[in-house]
Amino acid sequence: MKKRIYCLLITALLLTIQLLHIPLSAQEGQTMVFIPAGSYLPLYSGNKTTKVPAFMIDRLPVTNADFGRFIADNPEWSRKNVKRLFADAGYLRHWKDDGTFAPGIAGSAVVNVSWFAARKYCECQGKRLPTTAEWERAAEAGRTRPDGRNEEGFYALILELISKPSFTHLPEAGTTLKNYYGVWDLIGVTWEWTWDFNSALSTGESRGNASLDNTLFCGGGSLQSGDTGNYAAFLRYAMRSSLKASNTVQSLGFRCAKDVAR
Amino acid sequence: MKKNSLPFIAIGFITHVMLLSACQNADSSNDDSHIGREYNLTEIKGEERAVLTPPPFVPPPITRDHASKVIVDLEIIEQEMEIADGVNYMFWTFGGTVPGSFIRIREGDYVEFHLKNHPDNKLPHNIDLHAVTGQGGGAEATFVAPGYEATFNFTALNPGLFVYHCATAPVGMHIANGMYGLILVEPKEGLPKVDKEFYVMQGDFYTEGSYGESGLQAFDMNKAIKEQADYVVFNGKVGALTGDNALKARTGETVRLFVGNGGPNLVSSFHVIGEVFDNVYMEGGSLKNHDIQTTLVPAGGSAITEFKVEIPGNFILVDHSIFRAFNKGALGILAVDGEENKQIYSGKSEPGIYQPAAEAVKKVRKSPETAAISPEQQLAIGEKLYQVNCSACHLADGKGVAGVFPPVAGSDFIAKSPEKAIGAVVNGLSGEITVNGVKYNSVMPRQALTDAETAAVLNFVYSTMNGSDMRVTADQVKNARK
Repeated sequence: MKKRIYCLLITALLLTIQLLHIPLSAQEGQTMVFIPAGSYLPLYSGNKTTKVPAFMIDRLPVTNADFGRFIADNPEWSRKNVKRLFADAGYLRHWKDDGTFAPGIAGSAVVNVSWFAARKYCECQGKRLPTTAEWERAAEAGRTRPDGRNEEGFYALILELISKPSFTHLPEAGTTLKNYYGVWDLIGVTWEWTWDFNSALSTGESRGNASLDNTLFCGGGSLQSGDTGNYAAFLRYAMRSSLKASNTVQSLGFRCAKDVAR
Repeated sequence: MKKNSLPFIAIGFITHVMLLSACQNADSSNDDSHIGREYNLTEIKGEERAVLTPPPFVPPPITRDHASKVIVDLEIIEQEMEIADGVNYMFWTFGGTVPGSFIRIREGDYVEFHLKNHPDNKLPHNIDLHAVTGQGGGAEATFVAPGYEATFNFTALNPGLFVYHCATAPVGMHIANGMYGLILVEPKEGLPKVDKEFYVMQGDFYTEGSYGESGLQAFDMNKAIKEQADYVVFNGKVGALTGDNALKARTGETVRLFVGNGGPNLVSSFHVIGEVFDNVYMEGGSLKNHDIQTTLVPAGGSAITEFKVEIPGNFILVDHSIFRAFNKGALGILAVDGEENKQIYSGKSEPGIYQPAAEAVKKVRKSPETAAISPEQQLAIGEKLYQVNCSACHLADGKGVAGVFPPVAGSDFIAKSPEKAIGAVVNGLSGEITVNGVKYNSVMPRQALTDAETAAVLNFVYSTMNGSDMRVTADQVKNARK
């Protein structure tokens, strides 16, 4: 009963935000951020936009501390116990041993996690991984407007951040770049898993494969891309399609998302 | 049936031989115009690991007379390095250098290629080797996330010098960040022996700051798309092949340059100042051209040039699209020491002064000699003539450059003797003179001015620049001419 009321309250709150256009900064205290329904232009769709229903997304990426708690509750996902099928040998390799890591990185995004582990983590939180469309829609926002494409210098900033070498020590989550919606660190710190990370049907070959329906990486087929100037998106798509679900990468973390209660 | 087949085979064989020899006669420079390359995996003997070298070095020639299995291990490293002194750039590299490691194999070799993406890297990469016959040149097979390794095998069907590069989206950015190199597939018969072999590869770079702006410079996508390069360099850095890093040879040695061009955008007009290429394997293939001054190296292409260094000195490698050499870094040096050969090149002989005949000078100009003009008009004409003919050296204000170009304003030399002043203008002046106590030892060429013009310009100098009442007439000038 209590839970129900709580739920109603949240829904009411969200509705109020939507209806009254309460500034988004009002959501700052929340762990999740509301992204209103909208459309997003996938890189590979020509000029066909995709409708993305409203959703909630974590304000911050999942940290080492968060993930440590998850493993404490779910020991089958520890480094020692995890099935090779679900995470390869690099799983959590930046940790000292199962469950302990350098105290300095507690608040930094967790990396070296497989897609299976990320999915399980979100499931245990009553959440799920964001879809690529949701993730890209959230990341499309600039610093000051919902569409970063029109924001002066935003693309250049993203490229600059991405071109920088991998961090040896990741910065504390929530200290680098906050976007219009109040979501932190989507760009420039780590890559992030998405639910359908490998659905772009690309082959990693950036020019050929004209026979594929989604000629995302076709050099000539860049004609197919909705936005050939969005190199950061190209890099993200390339990164995603280079992965297998059991892979663990030093610069790849995740955050969770959730449907908006209807 | 069986009975008859033997003569047919024999005839077939003879015709084949005849065809082959006819082919050779028809085109001796390119004797392999057959379409399709043969390979035979059963001929492969032994296994070895390819020796990889950073630029400008080249692995030793292949001496075996058979194909082998060759294992190539190439590591991708993203790292910050200097693109010019004091200017850093985040390079993505094959083997830690730009261009990437030089790979040398033999025609027919069966290659097992391992591409390793270092775990510290941020991005997935792959490799497209132009020497590979197969989809994407291996790009598809080698697409690999950071911290992983991809492996594929290929048989080197065609001999030649080939570019390899990363082909991951956005491909231009990967190449623009330095992801290219050369792989040499030596022909079965090998390349003729030379004394020195070097690896030189051009690339264009697009940075947020303009050329020379210090600090870490980010990749500038817009400039790259517009093809407006800030840097055009050999071997990844301004000065990678100059000073202490110059390529070195001794007179009498034969030199082979393996030249590549990674692009991503620009085509190179490769030239070595002071050398003629005795041989050029055009576009890195089998066709050998001779006596070439400048060879075109396409983006994503190559050339092999061979020559003998006869004369000591610095021979400068340039992209003869010359602003790139002068302003963007496309410059390297081949430093040759050893004995002079005056027969081939004398060096600078005694300097002489060139003075065209006075008549020739006069002929080309129409003279307003007889026109009657006022002193004011003459001054105005004189000023204009001064600015056009004199100000480049003596400067607009006539003060000159101490020790180099003597002053003509407030000048004791001018004031003392109008004859000397006139003489300098119409006959030229060389040797040591002293002006206002400063010694000058240089050459002033004869000026192509008429008598009236000379008078006008000198009168301008006397009145305006020296506050003198001295006036020169056209007749005086006429008499002073030698």
